[in-house]
Amino acid sequence: MTNVPTTTKADWSSDQEVRWCPGCGDYSILTAVQLLMPELGVRREDTVFVSGIGCAARFPYYMNTYGVHAIHGRAPALATGLAMARPDLHVWVVGGDGDMLSIGGNHLLHVLRRNVNLNILLFNNQIYGLTKGQYSPTSEIGKVTKSTPDGSIDEPFNPISVALGAEASFVARTHDMDRQHMMEMFRRAHNFPGAAFVEVFQNCNVFNDGAFGAITKKDKRASMLIHLEHGKPVRFGDDNEKGVILNSYGSAEIVDVADVGEDALLVHDENSQEPSLAFALSRLSAGPFEPTPIGVFRSVERSEYAAEASKQLAWAQEQSGPGDLASLLHSRATWEVS
Amino acid sequence: MTDTLPRIVGTRELDRLVVRFAGDSGDGMQLTGDRFTSASAFFGNDLATLPEFPAEIRAPQGTLAGVSAFQVQVSDHDITTPGDAPNVLVAMNPAALRKELPHLEVGGTVIVNQDAFMERNLAKAGYEGDPLEDGTLDNYTLFKVPMTTITKEVCKELGVKPRDAERSKNFFALGLVSWLYGRPTQPTLDWIEAKFKRQRLVADANSAAFKAGMAFGETAELFDFNYEVRPAALKPGTYTHVNGNTALSWGLVAASQQAKVPLFLGSYPITPASDILHELSQRKNFGVRTLQAEDEIAAICSALGASFGGNLGVTTTSGPGVALKSETIGLAVSLELPLLIINIQRGGPSTGLPTKTESADLMQAMYGRHGESPVPIVAAYSPSQCFFAAIEAARIALKYRTPVFLLSDGYLANGSEPWCLPDIASLPDLAVEFATVPNHTNDDGSEVFWPYLRDPETMARPWAVPGTPELTHRIGGIEKEDGTGNINYESDNHGHMVKLRNDRIAHIANDISATMLEGDIEDAELLVVGWGSTWGAIVSAMTRVRKEGHKMAHAHITHLNPLPKDLGDILRSYRKVIVPEMNMGQLCRILRAEFLVDAQSISKVQGVPFTAAELHHHIIGALDD
Ligand code: SF4
Repeated sequence: MTNVPTTTKADWSSDQEVRWCPGCGDYSILTAVQLLMPELGVRREDTVFVSGIGCAARFPYYMNTYGVHAIHGRAPALATGLAMARPDLHVWVVGGDGDMLSIGGNHLLHVLRRNVNLNILLFNNQIYGLTKGQYSPTSEIGKVTKSTPDGSIDEPFNPISVALGAEASFVARTHDMDRQHMMEMFRRAHNFPGAAFVEVFQNCNVFNDGAFGAITKKDKRASMLIHLEHGKPVRFGDDNEKGVILNSYGSAEIVDVADVGEDALLVHDENSQEPSLAFALSRLSAGPFEPTPIGVFRSVERSEYAAEASKQLAWAQEQSGPGDLASLLHSRATWEVS
Repeated sequence: MTDTLPRIVGTRELDRLVVRFAGDSGDGMQLTGDRFTSASAFFGNDLATLPEFPAEIRAPQGTLAGVSAFQVQVSDHDITTPGDAPNVLVAMNPAALRKELPHLEVGGTVIVNQDAFMERNLAKAGYEGDPLEDGTLDNYTLFKVPMTTITKEVCKELGVKPRDAERSKNFFALGLVSWLYGRPTQPTLDWIEAKFKRQRLVADANSAAFKAGMAFGETAELFDFNYEVRPAALKPGTYTHVNGNTALSWGLVAASQQAKVPLFLGSYPITPASDILHELSQRKNFGVRTLQAEDEIAAICSALGASFGGNLGVTTTSGPGVALKSETIGLAVSLELPLLIINIQRGGPSTGLPTKTESADLMQAMYGRHGESPVPIVAAYSPSQCFFAAIEAARIALKYRTPVFLLSDGYLANGSEPWCLPDIASLPDLAVEFATVPNHTNDDGSEVFWPYLRDPETMARPWAVPGTPELTHRIGGIEKEDGTGNINYESDNHGHMVKLRNDRIAHIANDISATMLEGDIEDAELLVVGWGSTWGAIVSAMTRVRKEGHKMAHAHITHLNPLPKDLGDILRSYRKVIVPEMNMGQLCRILRAEFLVDAQSISKVQGVPFTAAELHHHIIGALDD
């Protein structure tokens, strides 16, 4: 990271006019990313933002970096090829809940399983914004939208559980009302060598206003957001009076600290090899209407995909020398005709 | 047998020979055919092959559905097809006989594994009587050979269990046919040694069975003659034996080397394209990266991502896979990045005939996307030519920054022929220039990079890859303004961009070779226009037609979009034009629409290629019309 020029937020902002609806949560996420970038010690030209389709997917246009605004759902797949071809780059993938959990759900699963070195930001607003307000795979049951006039009957995804189920190595959650927390989570994602998945609760003030209000409003945060901190007991509440324990079924449960005593509380271990703990925490909340954990659920290093692929290339060259076309063509039985 | 002295038998010379090996899909017929082919190639014959196997990995044993066949034509002169009706059929069981006999020339030779003609197998094949006895084969020369029995016998001495020994019976058949047609034996014995070196007993059993087959031919009183097909007078050079998928894979490696741009393959397994993924995944020392993606869409998207990163992105698939990729191909058209989409066509629609050939995806390649999204199309026409077709497709993609379709098909993919290896120095230089500095000066004097500012000659946009300072830019699938590449929804701009994308692909016609035209170019009564794998059959048919004193010419189209500039004049200079295709007349329709000529379609969609005899018949019919 030597000789990386000092930059400011302005250097990372493109000349394109930002076109999200006024008041959209995407603005604050963009600001957090643009503010973070100068702190990461990376070059603009070594940074690429890749997106699919949706409101969130406009993100690359606003970053003064390399960028691809691809097609619906396919950003993780495109980014996989880019990251494999160019392990020297810092590749970010940005998309919404429809993009990454519905039409592109398959790619998200596989990019996490392979552990490709990507920073994946999933802006979860629990609605389709760009197509004007249909329910999404994270909308709650009963959600009335244009396409569900009688209420949605679909069980929603829990993105953190999905990621953990897909063998994700780094899984975190943050929300658009807390810039410092977002920056911290994005920094952690950037520093993680592998697929880093961050769910960002994002308010769509046009089609799903206040979806997260019950947990992210300033006066609600203490009692409704459970901050996960590695090595610390999981506690929350206006007076830190609540805590989380693992019950005999291995499920996480909210308790009054006074009832169980401090020593009984679950101590968070984001490095636990076994994903059960992170999974249990992800199931603590059924939605943004009850106390919900944010922070890093899991951060466990394992082999990174592009690096492994490069290793195989290096090994092959060591074994057989750099490829020689003439020898390849003569590698099978040959004979002379004179 | 051991104490019988070798008999003296006569040798007769043939100018060509078509052998068809057929048996249960577990009988190793593809391997047998392949070994016969390799020995013939080694011997110096020209040859062409046609493997045919069932779609099921293991269809029920002994049934017609489970028959696997391999046809090879070997010749003492230049040939272009695996032959029409076989002269010899080797049938390992009743099902193989029943299924393949109709293809055999009348009077042809049938060699059967007599041991397999038991009641149970006869019933499975749907025979009521025994075809070996009931007169079914009266019009053929029949040799009944107890292949299983003899194989078991010779293997017993080696200590091989009878059940295991039975598996070597295909090598007995191979030995017998090799003797009968004077094939060299050493290549096969060497191959067995190398292939089974870690399974000593299997190697010994196979060698013993092979030798027993040779000995049987020589000593049994069945055969009065054996035959010889002399080496062909091929052009001097070093030859190897390749199928289309291997040649195509090597062509991709060559293109990457010639361009000095790393190759990235994103692919999802699909018949008959998977072998390209297999081959390229072994070429890592050439810097080739392969990704077996989670689906067809991810396969092409990863390739496009690699292209954005400065690699030559390639995706390989068959028709159903192309259908899934079409949205991404549209994105590549909009992004104007190099990308190869390789379609090894098979019978469709839907799952269709996965293991059988067809060339019915031309319209899909031309128009199978939404909006106006032209893509250049290159088609390979023989197994070894797949090598050059891959290089040509890559050349166009790299030079013009565009996705390019390369069409092959199941017949080319699995068919093989001797290939006179090219001199590496003769391959085209595909060197690419990446953008390194800003290309536009703003009014205020600042230097900026415009991702869609075009090269005036090629109309290609600059390829600026991440990592290059000062060239950061964003591209996407939304309509853009030419030059700056900024999002632009204006109607006039869209009209301009659609026309521009159209023109820049049409413009490639200035940079492709003239139509391949041969035969009686000056005074033909009839022109046959082909594309893709029909080439071999058309060339063979033309030889016959011209021998009979007719005048005909053959135009073969290797670039289907844009079409060669001279094609219109060529089509208009012949009174009759026919277009044989393994589809319902797709090229024919394009030619009629493009050039207003009365081209007539000859169509075959049966999962097997045209034979030269069929085309000969159609051509004579058209001439008489
Ligand atoms: S529709 Fe919703 S998510 Fe989309 S830009 Fe507007 S407020 Fe934001």
